[in-house]
Amino acid sequence: MASGIKDKVAILGMGCSKFGERWDAGSPELMKEAFEEALADAGIERRQIEAAWFGCWGDGINVGNSSIPAAMALRLEGIPVSRVENMCATGTEALRGAAYAVASGAVDIALAIGSEKLKDTGFGGLPPPFKGTFNDMWMPMGSAPAGFAQLAPYYRAKYGTSKEDLKKAISHISWKSHQNGQYSPKAHFQKAVSMETIMNAPMISDPLGLFDCSGVSDGSACAIVTTPEIARAMGKTDLVTIKALQLSTSSGRETQTSDWDGSYVANTRNAAARAYKEAGIDDPKTQVSLSEVHDCFSITELVTMEDLGFSDDGRAVFDILDGRYDRDGAMPCQIDGGLKCFGHPIGASGLRMAYEVYNQLLGRAGERQLASPSLGLTHNLGGVPYQGVAAISILGLH
Amino acid sequence: MAEFGISAFGAYVPRLRIDRALIADAHAWAAPSLRGAARGARAFTSWDEDAITMAVEAARDAIGPGDATGVTALRLASTNLPYADLQNAAIVARAIGAPAGIASSDAAGSQRAGTSALLQALKGGERALVIGSDNPFARPASAQELSFGAGAAAFLVSDERVAARLIGSATVTDVFVDHFRAAEAESDYHWEERWVRDEGYAKIVPAAVKAALADAQLAIGDIQHFVMPSYLKGAADAVARKLKFAGTVAGGLEDGVGYAGAAHALLMLAAALETAAPGDRILLVGFGQGADALIFQATDAIAEARPARGVAGSIADALPTDSYLRLLSFYGGIEMEWGMRSEKSAKTPLTEQYRSGYQLEGFNAGRCDACGTLQFPQLQYCVRCQAPAERFAQVPLRDETATVLTSTADWLSYHPAPPLWVGFVEFPGGARVMMEMVDIGKGGIDTGARLRMVYRIKEKDRQRGYNRYFWKSTPIGAA
Repeated sequence: MASGIKDKVAILGMGCSKFGERWDAGSPELMKEAFEEALADAGIERRQIEAAWFGCWGDGINVGNSSIPAAMALRLEGIPVSRVENMCATGTEALRGAAYAVASGAVDIALAIGSEKLKDTGFGGLPPPFKGTFNDMWMPMGSAPAGFAQLAPYYRAKYGTSKEDLKKAISHISWKSHQNGQYSPKAHFQKAVSMETIMNAPMISDPLGLFDCSGVSDGSACAIVTTPEIARAMGKTDLVTIKALQLSTSSGRETQTSDWDGSYVANTRNAAARAYKEAGIDDPKTQVSLSEVHDCFSITELVTMEDLGFSDDGRAVFDILDGRYDRDGAMPCQIDGGLKCFGHPIGASGLRMAYEVYNQLLGRAGERQLASPSLGLTHNLGGVPYQGVAAISILGLH
Repeated sequence: MAEFGISAFGAYVPRLRIDRALIADAHAWAAPSLRGAARGARAFTSWDEDAITMAVEAARDAIGPGDATGVTALRLASTNLPYADLQNAAIVARAIGAPAGIASSDAAGSQRAGTSALLQALKGGERALVIGSDNPFARPASAQELSFGAGAAAFLVSDERVAARLIGSATVTDVFVDHFRAAEAESDYHWEERWVRDEGYAKIVPAAVKAALADAQLAIGDIQHFVMPSYLKGAADAVARKLKFAGTVAGGLEDGVGYAGAAHALLMLAAALETAAPGDRILLVGFGQGADALIFQATDAIAEARPARGVAGSIADALPTDSYLRLLSFYGGIEMEWGMRSEKSAKTPLTEQYRSGYQLEGFNAGRCDACGTLQFPQLQYCVRCQAPAERFAQVPLRDETATVLTSTADWLSYHPAPPLWVGFVEFPGGARVMMEMVDIGKGGIDTGARLRMVYRIKEKDRQRGYNRYFWKSTPIGAA
């Protein structure tokens, strides 16, 4: 019987670059920012890192294939560096690699770094992805908003939610993230936006308007991990440990059969169930202090609240409008602004979420600090709701 | 000797229509005289339709649902085939589930290509499918731009349930150059219409008709329907007068279709057969470097041979559009700025295309023999029970009526006919497929709407000039 990852790995240090339209920086410069902050936080030298995982999604517009660009950028000399890519779950995937290396006892100290340079394309939004030689032969090439917007009609049909109520709830999600972004100095967007502006913004893919879509940003985030024993031996007193790291990937059931009703994301539910088990959580509604979830689009955050068990099925609209996930609510979500405002450099996002949870747990979140959080959850959703990969990490005080 | 002739027929006209007045209005600054000829609506192909895709639709209308089993030859006639060296007919044959042993060939090079192909098949005695399919392009502000249209018609010739027998025929070959188009040219070069009418149609056609009547041992008075296509207005009436023909001169399908090149004679024949009574004799003429004249007689089986859609059904199934620039963009008349997203390479891996042809060409789903799950695409194992795909039965989805589970209008993705409509489609039997939806009207499309499958261009590789074809869905009877 597997014992899971719980409390086998501690975070020694973390770093995060300024996110945004970083016309001044490429991926190597962004990595440098995150890396130096993490090294200083961990209180170690570069040479103490024994293995590294580098996450980046778009090799066509970024630094290219393999781990070499990261090893070159950070001068990681002679150690094993792996490059991982798992769509928007890439950052968490990098953390998983480093954590598993430490948990296995293969190394004492490992690095996870995610980085994405999205603003070298010459246009707004993401470049159209290559779906594989076979899929390109038949699968329609829809954009990300088009894929996620399809959650809305299914959700409304299942719960009898009116178009107006759903629009109000998803607008509240974006409003809340903009409120939070004001207090995140590294966020891409740091300006509050009124509900009226959000609700009347130009339509991107019905019902998603401009403010229902996350930012397309450049950025990098980084974690250095070790065992709790080594961390304590190195003089760390307040320890954040990994309680769970779980992933779930689509096998085609949602897209090819009538099993899935379209109102939820099966991968998130699968990953959440395993993560709660691994972390020993039986009532996420009361036990999880805060969450950073994959709000690539506002509608995604809405269904994610149900998929994670934070809201009962069909109740997210009401919980959101009641302020349950606002900064002063019972379960603050996206306290740093989320993908919506902090930004979404794909390969870095999972680590950026962990960075916020880590700082919140250690009481270092400045103006946006929550009162004594003990357990935080991060959630990524790669691909589209019906064909993708969900990654969940749960971090807590040791 | 067993009777041999037309056993089944079908037609397709692109659903997109535009009022000719809109075209004329767009050119009024330079060619105000066009307004005089601008009556009715013409059909035009969407960006993802061509002679191949229209041929598939016409063939399906002719043979009905299911694989084209038992057809031993397929001939595709057009002067606008997408490929110069890649047999277009073979692509059509695979899409309609024709057997591997079918003899397929392209017929091209003349406005007479459709009638010549049909005549050869009728004389050949094989169970053959003859398809005329064309979407001629005319330069902006030309008279042809107004008169041209697009469409396809298909005829199954065999010795079973013959609905129209060929009772006489003749061909005259003459290098009368009313117009021409060089192999690499985009549009035709036309000579003076009066000369074409008086010296061409009025003299060459009667010679062919006379020979065909002699072949059939008939006189012109024995003919009930005169079917002669022409891009020249009034040409058929003028020839009929010259022939002293007193029966019905078939209309030129000007409203709703427009002159569809090498397919037009066959479209007009299909339209005539849709209303012909048993015993009616139909004289069909194809003109171009001479003329073909074919005399048919409808049999008692004509009523059962009428297709589900046909020409009349195709004309009725119109999707009116209101922008001349849309037509121009679809026909390559203007180069639009589509943004950087359109720069993505559309190179087709021909190796992959060949490997996956068994499921992509005819839109075959797999039915798992272990759990019965119907699924597309067919991957290595059953999506539900993980049984190996070697045990899947092949089930074509192309003739099924599916329903919209969800749909989105995507304005962000590059698409030559924005927005891209995409969503989940559900088939009887439980298969769910993410599909593109085409020919969507202004009202959009709702969950639960009924869809039929159409063979279309999935992606155009503009850099290399290669089209990738696949099936899309379109609302049934929406406008």
